[in-house]
Amino acid sequence: MEAIPTLLAVITITFFLLRLAPGGPFADERDLSPQAQAAMEAHYGLDQPLVMQYFRYLGNLARGDLGPSFRYPTRTVNEIIVDHFPVSLELGAWGLLVALSLGLGAGLLAAAYRQRPQDHTIMTLAMVGICLPTFVLGPFLVYIFSLQLGWFNVGGWSHWSDRILPGFVLGSFFAAYVARLTRNGVGESVLMDYYRTALAKGLSKRQALWKHALKPGILPTIAFLGPAAAGLLTGSFVVESVFNIPGLGQQFINAAFGRDFTVVTGLVILYAVLILFFNLTVDFLQALLDPKLRES
Amino acid sequence: MISACRLFFFGLTPLLLLAACGPSDTRVEEGNRTGILHVGNGAEPSNLDPQTITGLPEAKIVSTLFDGLVELHPETNEPVPAAAASWEISEDGLVYRFTLQPEGRWSNGDPVTAQDFVTSYRRKLSPRLGSRYAYMLYPLEGAEAFHRGETDDFTTVGVTALADDQLELRLHTPAAFLLDLLTHSSWFPVHADTLEAFGDLDEPNTRWTRAGNLVGNGPFRLVSWRPERFVQVEKNEHHWRSGEISLQGIYFYPISDPTTEEREFRTGRLHITNTIPPDRVAVYRDRNDPEFHSQPSFSTYYYRFNTTRPPLDNPKVRRALKLAIDREAITKEVVRGGQQPAYSYVPQGDFTDYRPGPFFQYDPDEARRLLAEAGFPEGEGFPTKEILYNTMETHRLVAEAIQDMWSEELGISVNLTNQEWQVYLETQNRLQYDISRSGWIGDYLDPNTFLDLMLTDGGNNRTGWANEEYDELITQANREMNTARRNELFAEAEALLLQEAPVAPIYFDRTNYLMSVSVQDYYTTPTGYRPYWRVNLVSE
Repeated sequence: MEAIPTLLAVITITFFLLRLAPGGPFADERDLSPQAQAAMEAHYGLDQPLVMQYFRYLGNLARGDLGPSFRYPTRTVNEIIVDHFPVSLELGAWGLLVALSLGLGAGLLAAAYRQRPQDHTIMTLAMVGICLPTFVLGPFLVYIFSLQLGWFNVGGWSHWSDRILPGFVLGSFFAAYVARLTRNGVGESVLMDYYRTALAKGLSKRQALWKHALKPGILPTIAFLGPAAAGLLTGSFVVESVFNIPGLGQQFINAAFGRDFTVVTGLVILYAVLILFFNLTVDFLQALLDPKLRES
Repeated sequence: MISACRLFFFGLTPLLLLAACGPSDTRVEEGNRTGILHVGNGAEPSNLDPQTITGLPEAKIVSTLFDGLVELHPETNEPVPAAAASWEISEDGLVYRFTLQPEGRWSNGDPVTAQDFVTSYRRKLSPRLGSRYAYMLYPLEGAEAFHRGETDDFTTVGVTALADDQLELRLHTPAAFLLDLLTHSSWFPVHADTLEAFGDLDEPNTRWTRAGNLVGNGPFRLVSWRPERFVQVEKNEHHWRSGEISLQGIYFYPISDPTTEEREFRTGRLHITNTIPPDRVAVYRDRNDPEFHSQPSFSTYYYRFNTTRPPLDNPKVRRALKLAIDREAITKEVVRGGQQPAYSYVPQGDFTDYRPGPFFQYDPDEARRLLAEAGFPEGEGFPTKEILYNTMETHRLVAEAIQDMWSEELGISVNLTNQEWQVYLETQNRLQYDISRSGWIGDYLDPNTFLDLMLTDGGNNRTGWANEEYDELITQANREMNTARRNELFAEAEALLLQEAPVAPIYFDRTNYLMSVSVQDYYTTPTGYRPYWRVNLVSE
């Protein structure tokens, strides 16, 4: 329930901030006649006072109507979300899978071999993963696997194999973060007394790691994954444009540059709802894993 | 380390498995067999309504779905029949009478009638539709008054259906470029019954342009429009020319990143690209790649001067700045895409018979002299001005080159500012800049499409420059029926424009693209029109 005022604040700020930005949705190199300008503004209700527009927007929003797009005038924001969100959702899910499997695996491994060569190798790789921007990694992988080896399409979203490279590129950046967080989190609990006790009472290293170090050590990773999941699932502009994927990320950026007020506001709302949802999930998971939190 | 190996193995196994089952036949190879053309189309089309679109990505698709009265022959640039089979022009150049194709049909089988054109032009001019290009119809008698809402009686507008197949257009003054103008999508007809099924005739942005709804009179019909994926059209069997068309269909892909597009082409997923990344053009050109194509486009890249801000209000200063730009260096060393240095505002080439030749030359000495005359010898006391450009690599490089040239030749310093597109447009419109990068692509093949930009108070002038003599010359030229005399008047106006120099032309642009050798008879006209119905695909 606390989410509603947060959401309302997000909507309000987005709505007015957008209208403060210079340039409008009808700006074009070709001049618009005053008649055409007036007709367009009347059509979209932009001739009304700003406050009126705001309340009308809220009214429509309450009915689930996010309004028409300005740049794609025959499409509504709802349609744009229905068209492109599933794509971003799927891409993000693959990315999340990569981030979790690679990141958690590498992080645990590094924690288990803390301060040993394995740890250093993995952490160096993770550092590279964080520093290597997706717009470098993406074209690089495309060059090797699509252009040289011919295993995948260079882009698009039609064949099932079109998911692999972008999913990997999107996930690898987050995987690197997850690996570092996990390694540090778990690595810290490895130094705790309860871990040493576990080893002393005869548990194998693997058992001790799984049973006693993982749960507390993974908390920072989970906290990171909340907003990260929301970010992954709403699309990445870079990955989508490198691989020519019809997701929401491109819509968001282009709408912002094109002053497509309704699309930007609609997508901000969607993003905010997702963040709130994932934060809630994170809180829940943390409470589940952390006895200290559960008690309070 | 076993775990590390396992991790690596699990990560890589799926990738390796895929090696065995990649797609076999490329899209282009399959298209060559089945007669389907795959085209990169730049941005996602915003709409497919011929009467409200403004951009090239839209126009390219729309021109396959609709036919205007005439189209341009791709080799001669002369108007040839399209929806009209023939036409007559009265002696005084004021009345055009068109006979429509006897077999002209909409994609639903309805006959295309003269009344369709009348209804369409009423819609186009209706203020409620809010069409940006309504002014394209202004040569018609009474069209401007109707669009401005001064009258709602459409019979005052110079368009009449004399019979089902006879259309008459009446102009208020002769317009020698009218037939060229008619090739623009603004003049394409729409199917009124279809539009009215989805709203009022002049209601903007209804759903009539969706796949399944749209009815057109062009050589192709809309099958599917999947936003950010593709627009699919197929041959329109009702079209009067369908017997001559060998292409079965076209897919237009919105790929806005040129590098991504190039990769798609290289892997056999596109027959034709929309463009080539600017830094790759020289590579393709230098190795004479048979898939590389480059054609002059009817467009000028130029700088605007804000003539309301001192010292740019002084024509001598503007002329000095204009003369001190080494255009050869910019085209050869900076942009390197085969562009032509511009010594006139109207693009020079085989576009029209208006070829007045260069109006000026690179002359840094004269530039220094003019600047001294204006009170800034060696650039002394010249305030620091700003070059504005919209954020893009090419624009930045050109601006840096010009910044250097002005500093070296004239001793003046300018700063560079970039703004994103929408902000840049507003800054220009409000005359809040000093010097601004600009570009214009001609709407039709006539010098007027460039020269009328600079009319006093013209919406696209954006320099604050006003000159009655210039306005008068343009008006006179457009009344003149004799082509030679008309061109003289235009040349006189252009000479005056470049003497006053509210604009400094830099170069004439080119259309560069990659095209598979299996595509035959593909043309792109200098205004960007592409008659796809002529295309043939051959299998290698």
